[in-house]
Amino acid sequence: MTNIDPRPSVIGARLGKVKRVIAVTGWKGGIGKSVTAATLALLLAKKGYKAGLFDLDFAGASDHLILGARGIFPKEEKGLEPPVVNGVKFMSVTFFSENKAVPLRGANISDAIIELLAITQWGELDFLVLDMPPGINDAALDIIRFVGRAEVLAVTIPSVLAHDVLARSLELYRKLKVPVLCVIENMSSGRKTAGVSAYIKTDRALENALGHPAALLKTSFARDLSRAAGRFGFPI
Amino acid sequence: MHEWALAESVIKTAVEYAGTEKLKKLKETGVLFGELQAIDKEIFLFALEELRKQYPAAASCKFKIIAEPAAFRCKACAHEFPLKGLKKTKDEAEFIHFIPEMAHTFMKCPKCKSPDFEIARGRGVSISYLKGDR
Repeated sequence: MTNIDPRPSVIGARLGKVKRVIAVTGWKGGIGKSVTAATLALLLAKKGYKAGLFDLDFAGASDHLILGARGIFPKEEKGLEPPVVNGVKFMSVTFFSENKAVPLRGANISDAIIELLAITQWGELDFLVLDMPPGINDAALDIIRFVGRAEVLAVTIPSVLAHDVLARSLELYRKLKVPVLCVIENMSSGRKTAGVSAYIKTDRALENALGHPAALLKTSFARDLSRAAGRFGFPI
Repeated sequence: MHEWALAESVIKTAVEYAGTEKLKKLKETGVLFGELQAIDKEIFLFALEELRKQYPAAASCKFKIIAEPAAFRCKACAHEFPLKGLKKTKDEAEFIHFIPEMAHTFMKCPKCKSPDFEIARGRGVSISYLKGDR
């Protein structure tokens, strides 16, 4: 026998005290997946839940910018303990990249994600929000496989392109037996769309609130997300 | 003590393997240390000794550490090169220690300067063999 990868054996234990794992997914770029994931984690923490946020979108990592996280680094303690930003335990590849590009091929992304899943000590959490890689690729499939009990929150926008891709993604989640909590339409005009369970209206003040969690939580984006969260069982 | 998390994965995997293979006694585990990740052997072995208490099935298992030199193959020009001679700062080495794939961010092919290379050997920690009595 040769070369067994030992890391997957401890991923379950690293997430053992995490009650629920919410995978925020989006199959098109620029639709607000990361802002939704980061704001959801902030809303949960504000409500008093123990919340974590894991930015797994290695190529486009941006949660650190949304949270305004600067000058922090995980603590080395039998692995890595995520630093806390505005009440949210936060882990991102940007801690290790000095904000430089991370030019990884698919298998390398998977390897890096497995490494972080194996060494990150999340401790007790009510919710761990995963900002997923866009679409479905080997990294996304690995996360779903290794985390095992992720519930999907799918983000889309009012576009026939986004909705068509969304329909295909939902079909795939059904095949993979991954529960879909909710489909949120971001940048919505308010018009009802088939298959969408909650709406977030376009918020022109959102851009200026990025990087400022207190301001972000006061936006209509956060209010709409909070209302949407109530629909899928998070009273925030 | 980031090594502790990886040591735990090794001992847990070894014990699970012994269970799957119905081994009565786990005698020896070969652990490859890829040069790129630069794991501290002393800390790793200390962690394994501590972890034995939680994993009695590995109480008498010998953990043999085998150093594996790193080797890279450039995807752009097919040049093959070792770790020695590649420049990195202390901080960059630390980041690569936590996530070996960060090598693609901080290192490049010495011939064509591309960051698009393959880590052919010597990435990180893996188990090369397990021995035990049935």
